[in-house]
Amino acid sequence: MDLSWYYLKGILTLAGIYMLPVLGLSLLTGFTGLFSFGHAGFMAIGGYTTAVMMTKLKIPFIPSLLIGGFTASFVSYLIGKLTLKLKGDYFCIATLGFGEAIRLILENVQYFGGARGWPGLPLKTNFITVVVIDIIAILIIRNVIYSRHGRNMIAVREEELASQVVGISLFKYKMTSLMISAFYAGVGGGLLGTYLGFLQPKIFSLVRSTELTIIVIFGGLGSITGSVAGAIVLVALPEILRSFANWRLVVYGAAVVFIMIARPEGLMGGKELSFSAIKNLLRKPSKN
Amino acid sequence: MALLEVNNLTKAFGGLTAVNDVSFSIEKNEITGLIGPNGAGKTTIFNLITGVYKVTSGNIIFNEINIENKDTYKIAQYGITRTFQNIRLFKKLTVFENILTACHNNAAYSLGESILFGGLPVFLNKKTRFYKEEKMLKHQAEELMEIMGLSDRRNFIANNLPYGLQRRLEIARALASNPKLLLLDEPAAGMNPDETEKLMELIMEIRDRFDLTVLLIEHHMDLVMGVCDNIVVLNFGCKLAEGSPFEVQNNPLVKEAYLGGE
Repeated sequence: MDLSWYYLKGILTLAGIYMLPVLGLSLLTGFTGLFSFGHAGFMAIGGYTTAVMMTKLKIPFIPSLLIGGFTASFVSYLIGKLTLKLKGDYFCIATLGFGEAIRLILENVQYFGGARGWPGLPLKTNFITVVVIDIIAILIIRNVIYSRHGRNMIAVREEELASQVVGISLFKYKMTSLMISAFYAGVGGGLLGTYLGFLQPKIFSLVRSTELTIIVIFGGLGSITGSVAGAIVLVALPEILRSFANWRLVVYGAAVVFIMIARPEGLMGGKELSFSAIKNLLRKPSKN
Repeated sequence: MALLEVNNLTKAFGGLTAVNDVSFSIEKNEITGLIGPNGAGKTTIFNLITGVYKVTSGNIIFNEINIENKDTYKIAQYGITRTFQNIRLFKKLTVFENILTACHNNAAYSLGESILFGGLPVFLNKKTRFYKEEKMLKHQAEELMEIMGLSDRRNFIANNLPYGLQRRLEIARALASNPKLLLLDEPAAGMNPDETEKLMELIMEIRDRFDLTVLLIEHHMDLVMGVCDNIVVLNFGCKLAEGSPFEVQNNPLVKEAYLGGE
């Protein structure tokens, strides 16, 4: 019993850590309509920055995390400045290249341990830290979305030309969304490093970026609760499936494909699970 | 001083000159009609005024500011907004959300303020700018829905509205951004005579109520002749005639463009 809670806690902590980049990506993809295949790159920047701050500069944990987030955000600003003014899917391609470039750079910089990784990072992240940070992160995203700024982001997703015609700057809101999402990914990376005690460029490969996007789509584009549920289910799933041994990843893939066929709009399908939604759901049967 | 002045406006797409040396001006509170056969360059002129296309040569002066080649959202903030020939709503949002989104420029609270004060119970953030402005925006949106007769469809998804109401919603959304000049691109397209009649009344009503100036493209001549103070006729990208409905109707060049030469 003791062991199984320990095990479960481990999975939930990991899910909670991945929830941050997923929430960020949810804002960018689900609410602003921009696809990114480089968020693992922002996680890597956050992770390595946090690690440098803590081990080399001896800065405390939380400030280091924030610095990691801000660094990722700053890098995303540079990328956005170069690509967000272009029409079409250039941004998506640029992030893909960016993510891989970051991984390759880290593999070749011996200062950070190169491809073999960077062991011995301080173990600062635990279950409680992750839960607290997740709650704050969810509240911030929620507040952004339910403000005029969030509405403008959704307008950009829905219809670019029409939103410009009512005075919404596409560039400003795409950039804001990108910077927030990169910040989240950066903090997520920082948490991951200080949870595992180890960082390796391989963790932040293209596969990781794709996984993050899969989680957002799986949870349902345009739904925060969907992203939260998606992160928990899809991070926990490979663990739950351990009894399938070698077939584990095949079953994982099949499960994702099945959900996308059965519910193409994702788990939550753009809806939110809130207290009032539950109330409505409970009230309906009694009316009929 | 005219509200909008278009001087020697030219737009060429490669070898094709869609708009050729067109000049006209619009006085404040006037309703001006832009008419002409298909392909005359009417929508292109709208796209040039709203910055969707870059101007090849010539200039556009709005409220004494040069606006040619400025970004569309900047031009919208100066006070020019428009509707589209093929309706462009925020399709998956409700009627209320469509209007509320467009009201955003009437508020000034920052992203930081929304993060700090959003979701707080009312007694805690009653005094914040976030709360006051959000309340004001929602009030404005409700008011606009009332004026445009959309209140009973408040929570309908825009895409599920009947065609006529989608057009109305697009006008409501345009009004929400507080324009001085409203460009309507074929507002009566696909409407029956009865709906067209109502639309005419609506256009005059919003002009008076919101102190607007209107420029509209339309093929329904009843509507154009009924509401416009001034009409500009285009043909093959050039200005053919300009004047009151009566003058334009009796202009032999206009008759020729529409009905063919003798």
